[in-house]
Amino acid sequence: MSRELWKGNEAIAEAAVRAGLEAYFGYPITPQTEILEYLSRRMPKLGRAFLQAESELGAINMVYGAACTGARVMSSSSSPGVSLMMEGLSYIAGTEVPAVLVNVMRGGPGLGNIAPAQGDYNQAVHGGGHGDYPRIVLAPASVQEAIDLMALSFDLAEKYRMITMLILDGSVGQMMEPAEMPEMRSPNRKKFDWATDGALNRDRRVLSSIYLDPLAEEQTNFRLMQRWKEVMANEVRYKEYFLEDAEIVIVGFGTAGRVSLSAVRAARERGIKVGLLRPVTVSPFPYEVLDRLTGQARTFLVVEMNTGQMLEDVRLAVRGRVPVAFYGRTGGVVPFPDEILDEIQRINTEPVSAEADPRQSWLDRMTAIKA
Amino acid sequence: MTIAPNNLVYDRPEAFTDMPTHYCPGCTHGVAHRLIAEVLDEMKVIDRTIGVAPVGCSVFAYNYFDTDFVEAPHGRAPAMATGIKRVLPDRIVFTYQGDGDLASIGMGEIVHAAARGENLTVIFINNANYGMTGGQMAPTTLPGMKTTSSPDGRDVETQGYPIRMAEMLSTLEGVGYCVKRSLHDPKNIRLAKKAIRTAFETQWRGLGFSMVELLSTCPTNWGMTPVNSLKFVEEHMVPAYPLGDYKITDPIKQIKV
Amino acid sequence: MQQEIIIAGFGGQGVLFGGQVLAYAAMDTGMEVTWIPSYGPEMRGGTANCTVVISDREIGSPLVKNPPLAIALNLPSFDKYESLLATGGTLIVNQSMVDRVAKRVDIQSIFVPCNEIAEEIGDKRLLNMVAVGALLTALPEIGLKDVEKALENHLPAKHQHLLPKNFTALRRGLEHAQKMPA
Repeated sequence: MSRELWKGNEAIAEAAVRAGLEAYFGYPITPQTEILEYLSRRMPKLGRAFLQAESELGAINMVYGAACTGARVMSSSSSPGVSLMMEGLSYIAGTEVPAVLVNVMRGGPGLGNIAPAQGDYNQAVHGGGHGDYPRIVLAPASVQEAIDLMALSFDLAEKYRMITMLILDGSVGQMMEPAEMPEMRSPNRKKFDWATDGALNRDRRVLSSIYLDPLAEEQTNFRLMQRWKEVMANEVRYKEYFLEDAEIVIVGFGTAGRVSLSAVRAARERGIKVGLLRPVTVSPFPYEVLDRLTGQARTFLVVEMNTGQMLEDVRLAVRGRVPVAFYGRTGGVVPFPDEILDEIQRINTEPVSAEADPRQSWLDRMTAIKA
Repeated sequence: MTIAPNNLVYDRPEAFTDMPTHYCPGCTHGVAHRLIAEVLDEMKVIDRTIGVAPVGCSVFAYNYFDTDFVEAPHGRAPAMATGIKRVLPDRIVFTYQGDGDLASIGMGEIVHAAARGENLTVIFINNANYGMTGGQMAPTTLPGMKTTSSPDGRDVETQGYPIRMAEMLSTLEGVGYCVKRSLHDPKNIRLAKKAIRTAFETQWRGLGFSMVELLSTCPTNWGMTPVNSLKFVEEHMVPAYPLGDYKITDPIKQIKV
Repeated sequence: MQQEIIIAGFGGQGVLFGGQVLAYAAMDTGMEVTWIPSYGPEMRGGTANCTVVISDREIGSPLVKNPPLAIALNLPSFDKYESLLATGGTLIVNQSMVDRVAKRVDIQSIFVPCNEIAEEIGDKRLLNMVAVGALLTALPEIGLKDVEKALENHLPAKHQHLLPKNFTALRRGLEHAQKMPA
C-alpha cells in the first residue's frame, strides 16, 4: 500500500470501513461532519448500514441496538453532541456490549466554538455517563495514528466488551497528512455468545443494564473493574521522544503532544535536556511509565488544550515527588511551539516549587499576560 | 393435573416464558403481552424475533417473552430497534412502549423512526399516566384527570393538552400501518389481536413502519377497581382517543389475517 | 530540513488547493508533510488560509506562528502575513489585489500579478497556481517537475483536461518570480 494524502476525518471513516464497520449512525456537527459525509457515500455501496439519526441521542441508541447484535458499529460526533450521547454510553457500558465512538473535540463549554480543543478529556476518561464504568480512550495525534487506532478500537471494544472512544481535536480531524491504509478486513460478523440476534437453535438471550438487586449490580461493577485491570495490564500505549537523558519531561496527548515535540526539538538545540511522553491511551493512563520517569526527571511539564485535566492524572502518578508544572491553551486556541519553548526555558532557569498549585500558577501567569 | 389435548382450550403461548408477570391485578399489560405472544406463535417467528423493552411498568417485558430481548433507555426503544433492524433486516424487531416512554421523553425517536419508515413494529400502551413511578401526569393524561403530579386535575391552561399519537404519526409518509384499539372488553381485545397480527405482517412483508396504540387500564394509579377502570377506558378514554384505522396503505389492506 | 508555508486569501481563490498541491508534491518526493486549513464559518466568503509543513522527519506542530514562506493572494492576507513572516523569509504577493508596496525590508516580498497572468492563460481560476509557481523560487526542496507530477497524479479525472493550463500557470509564476531582483 502506498502513502496517500488523507484528511483526518475521512481517514478515520475509511479506516473504520476497512476494519469491518457494519453500521454507522451519526448526526452532523462541526468539526467531524466529514466522517458522516464520507460514510454516507461509502457504506451503502458496500451494502452496509448508514443512517443519519434525528439527534445524537438517537444515534447512540441506534449504536446500542446494533451493538447488541454483535455487529461492528460506531458513531462520531463533536463535544456538544458527545454530551448528548452520555446517556447511551452509560447504558452500553452497563450492558457490556462493544461500541466505538469518535469525539473530534472543539472549544467549550456550551456551544463554544468549532476550533480544536481537548476540553473533553475528563468527560471521556473520568466521567461522562452516570454510574461506575471504565472505558478505553485513545488519543491519536496524527492521521496515520488515527487510522491505526481506529482499527484497534474495534478489536479492543470486542475483546473487553467495552466502549472504546477515540478523542482527537478538530485539527487532527481537519488536517491532511500522508498515510497508509490497512487492507480491507472481511466484514464477517463474529459469533458472540452474548449477542441478541434472534434465538435460532439456541436459548434466548437478554441484554440489559438492569440489576435491580444492589448486590447483583455490585457484582457487575466488580466484574467491570476486574476486566479493567486486564486492560490496564495489557493495553497501555504511549510514545517517547528524547526521554533517555531528559531532566524536564513534557507530557501531552494528541495535538498538544505533537506541538510539544516541536518545542522539545527547539529546546534541545539550545542544549536543554527535555523530552516528551505522549500518551496514546489516555485511558488506561500510562501511570507506570510516569512513575519510572519520576526517578529521572527533575520537573514535569503537562501541556494540554484545556485548563489542566490530564494534569491531575500526571500528578497522581508523580505523587508530589518532583514538581509538576502546567501550560495550557483552551477554548479552541492551539498553542504554538514557541509558547511551550518559553515554558521549557522558564522551568530550566527558575526551579518550579513542588508546593505550588500548577494550575493556579499557570492561570496567574496567563491572566497577568492578558492584563 | 394433566389436561387431555382435546380438552385444552387455553394455554400459555409458546412465545411466553414460564414466569408470572409482575403487573397489578386488572392491568391490561398482561392482555397486550398475550396478544403479542399469540401472534408470534401463529407467525412462527419466535426464533427470529428481537424485542425492545422500554422504561416504565413494562420494563421487565423481556422476562415474559421467550425471544431475544434488549432493554432500552427511557424513550429510546425506536432508536435501538432501528439499530438492530438495520444490521439484521431479516429479523422481526418490535418495541413495547408506554405513553411516558413513547409520547413524552421518546417523542423524537418515535417520530423519526416512523418518518424513516423503519420496518419495525411498535406496540404502544396508552394508560394516561406514568405507571411505574406511581401515577404521575403523562402527555396522554385526560384534561381534568387527577394524578400525583396534577393533584387538582390536569389543567390544560398550564399543563397542556393530551397528545394523540396514532393520529399524529399517521400523517407521516413512512408509516404503513397505524391504528388505535382498546383492551377494555373481549370484542375490542379480539380487534386488538387482529391489529397486532397485521402490524407484524406489515413488518414481515417489508411494508413500512407499523404501530398499534392500545388504550389500557391502570387500576392501581387510577384508584379504581379493575372493573371500574375498564369502564373508565370505555367512557372516558375512548371518547378522548377515538379508536380507528388512522393509516393503512393499500398493500397492507390486502393482508388477510 | 523543515519548510513552513502559509497560503492565504479570499475563499474562492484556490487557497486550500494551492496548499494541497504542495503537500502532494512533498509526499510524492518522499517527505513528511502536513496540510491544515483554517476551517469553519470563515470558509464561506471570508478569508481562508492553510498551513503546509514539509519535513524530512516526523512533524511536530502543524501550525506555525512565524512562517518563513507565505503566499498572500489579497490585501488583508498581505497585511497579516507581512508582519508575521519570519525574518529572512519570502512572501509571494498577488500584485493584482494589493495597492501598496512592502513595508518590511528584512523579508523578501515578490510581487506577482497572479490574476492578470491567469487571465492571459485563459482561466482566472489559475491564479493560485501562478502564485505556487512563484513560491518555488524560495522552496528548493520542491521542483517545478514535482508539482507538475503531483497535479498529474492527484487532479481529479474531471479536471485532468486542465493540466496543460495549470502547467503554464506554474511556469509563468516561477519565471516571473525569478526575474524579480533578489
